[in-house]
Amino acid sequence: MAEKMELKEVEVWDGNYAASQALRQAQVDVVSAYPITPSTPIVENYGAYVANGYVDGEFVMVESEHAAMSGCVGAAAAGGRVATATSSQGFALMVEVLYQASGMRLPIVMTVVNRALASPLNVRGDHGDMYLGRDSGWVQIDAFNAQEAYDLTLCAFKIGEDMRVRLPVMMHQDGFLTSHTAQNVHPLSDDEAYKFVGDYKPYEEMLDFTKPVTYGAQTEEDWHYEHKARQHKALMESKDVIDEVFAEFKKLTGREYKRVESYMMDDAEVAIVALGTTVETARVAAEQLREEGIKAGVVAPRCFRPFPFDEIRDALENTKAIAVLDRSAPMGAMGALFNEVSAALYTTPNRPLVTNFIYGLGGRDFSVEEAKRIFKEQKAHADAGHITTPIQQFSGVRGPKLGFFETKRGN
Amino acid sequence: MVEIRWHSRAGQGAVTGAKGLGDVVARTGKEVQAFALYGSAKRGAAMRAYNRIDDKPIINHEKYMLPDYVLVIDPALAFTDNITENDKPTTKYIITTHLSKDELVAQIPELQDKKERVFVVDAIGISLDTIGRSMPNTPILGALMKVSGMYELDFFLDSMKSVLAKFPQKIIDANMEAMTRAYNEVK
Repeated sequence: MAEKMELKEVEVWDGNYAASQALRQAQVDVVSAYPITPSTPIVENYGAYVANGYVDGEFVMVESEHAAMSGCVGAAAAGGRVATATSSQGFALMVEVLYQASGMRLPIVMTVVNRALASPLNVRGDHGDMYLGRDSGWVQIDAFNAQEAYDLTLCAFKIGEDMRVRLPVMMHQDGFLTSHTAQNVHPLSDDEAYKFVGDYKPYEEMLDFTKPVTYGAQTEEDWHYEHKARQHKALMESKDVIDEVFAEFKKLTGREYKRVESYMMDDAEVAIVALGTTVETARVAAEQLREEGIKAGVVAPRCFRPFPFDEIRDALENTKAIAVLDRSAPMGAMGALFNEVSAALYTTPNRPLVTNFIYGLGGRDFSVEEAKRIFKEQKAHADAGHITTPIQQFSGVRGPKLGFFETKRGN
Repeated sequence: MVEIRWHSRAGQGAVTGAKGLGDVVARTGKEVQAFALYGSAKRGAAMRAYNRIDDKPIINHEKYMLPDYVLVIDPALAFTDNITENDKPTTKYIITTHLSKDELVAQIPELQDKKERVFVVDAIGISLDTIGRSMPNTPILGALMKVSGMYELDFFLDSMKSVLAKFPQKIIDANMEAMTRAYNEVK
C-alpha cells in the first residue's frame, strides 16, 4: 500500500507541485514520462513520490516524448490508469501518438504546462502547444492558477475515464506564470481525493486474456470515417459528463467550475475573452475600469475542447464589443480562439463587434494596464457602432504597429 | 497588497526564500504569490524573485510590479542591477553588504535621495558565521521582519521552524540564529 501524505489545510504550492500532488492522489498505475521545462518538476516530484513509497504504480523513464506517450498508450490499452506531463517541443514530438491515444479511446491524463514552440527556442509560456493539440481528439481543460491546476487534474481522471467518454484529457496550465508561481492552495486529503476520482474501471483491457481485443487496427475507406465520426460525437457529448464532474466537485469542495467562466458579465458592454492566467489579470483590469464607469467583463473557455459553442454565445451575445486574445502565433490567419468565438457569435441576433489580439508570445508580460487599454479600445468600437481599428492587432510587440484586415460593417 | 522584489543570483536561495516567506504568510490566513524570473539560468546569473501578499486572493499575474520592499541578497547586484526600477516614494531597500549604510549609499548615486529608505545588513557574513556557508536568503527575511514590522520575531521564527522542518535540527538552529542576528543587526 502506498503511504499517505499529511497535507495542511492551506499549502503554498506552485502549479507543477499542485498537478503532481493530484497525480499522486489519483494513484496512477503507470506514469511514462520524459521531463521538459517548464513541466519538469511534475515528473521530478512524481519520481520522488514513487521513490519514497507514496505511489504503488510504475514510473517508466523513456528516451523521448514520442516514447513517453507510446508507453502511455500501451499501459492504458493494457488496462491501467495512466498519466504523463509535457510542454512545448516535447508536446510537438508526441503529436503523432496523441491521435493514436484518442482514436483508441484511451483515457490517459496529460498535464500540459504551456510553453512556446521553437524556433527561436524559448522556455516561457504561451499557448502554441495547447493549440497544436486542438484537433487531436483529446478533451482540453485549462487552469488559470495553481489551485485550479490541482482541482482540475483530479477532475480530468473522472471525466476521461467515464464510460460515456473514454477519451484522453489534457490539463493545461501556463508555463511559469502558473507552473512556477507558488500560491495558496487548499488540497483535499488523500482519502477524499481518491474517493472523488474513484477506482479505475478497465474497459476491453488487453490484459484480460479471456477476451482478446485489438487496439489500433487498420481501417481504410470502409470504416475509418465512421470511427472518426463516432469519436467526434463522443468528444462533443463529453460536455455533459464534464458538467456532472464539475457539479460533484463543487459539492465536495465548494469550488465551482464551468465549461465557460464568466466574470462581471451580467451587464457588461465590453469583454475580453482569453485563456490561462490572462483571464485573472484581465479581471483585475475589468474591476478597475468599472470604478471608472466602463462596464467591462471577462469570459474564458475553461474547456477548450470540446469547444463550448453554446455557452460562449450565452455569455457574450448581449455584449457590444469583444476582444478575443490569442497567446499563440497565428501564422497566416486570425487567432484560433478569435475564429471559434466569432463563429459562435455569428449565429446570434446581435452579432457583437469582435476583434483579435495576439499577445504574450514566448512569455512577454501581459499587464493590467494593457488589458485596460484593450478594454477601452472595445469601448470606442461600441460607442462608434463599428470596429475602428484593424480586426487583428498585436499587443505588446516592439517595432512597427501590426494590424490586419478592416471591417466591412458599419462605416 | 504588499509587493516585494528580490535581487539575487541563481543559487543564493531567493526562490526558496520567497516561497518560505509565502509559507509563513499563508499560515496567518493571508494570500500569497511567490514567483521568479529566470530563463535557462546558470548558477551565479542575476535573477529576480517576487512576492505579493494580500488579504484577498491574488489574481494579478503580471510581472510588472511597484515594490514596497526591495531585498538585495547579493552585494554586487546593488551596484550592477537596476535595483531602483519602478521605485515608489515609499519603497524600502534592504541590501546585503559588509559596508556601512553611509559607505554604500555614497557609492550608489540612485540611492542618494532615498537614504532614509535604505537599510543594510551583512546577510552573507551572518550566514557564513551561523549556517557555515553563504546562504543570505533566510537572514534577509529576519531583516525584513524588523524593517517591515510584518510579524513579531518569535512568531516568525516559530513559523520558519516548520517551513524548514525537512532539514536536520543543526541547520534549523543555525537558520534561527541567522535570522535573529539579521533582525537585530539590520540598520
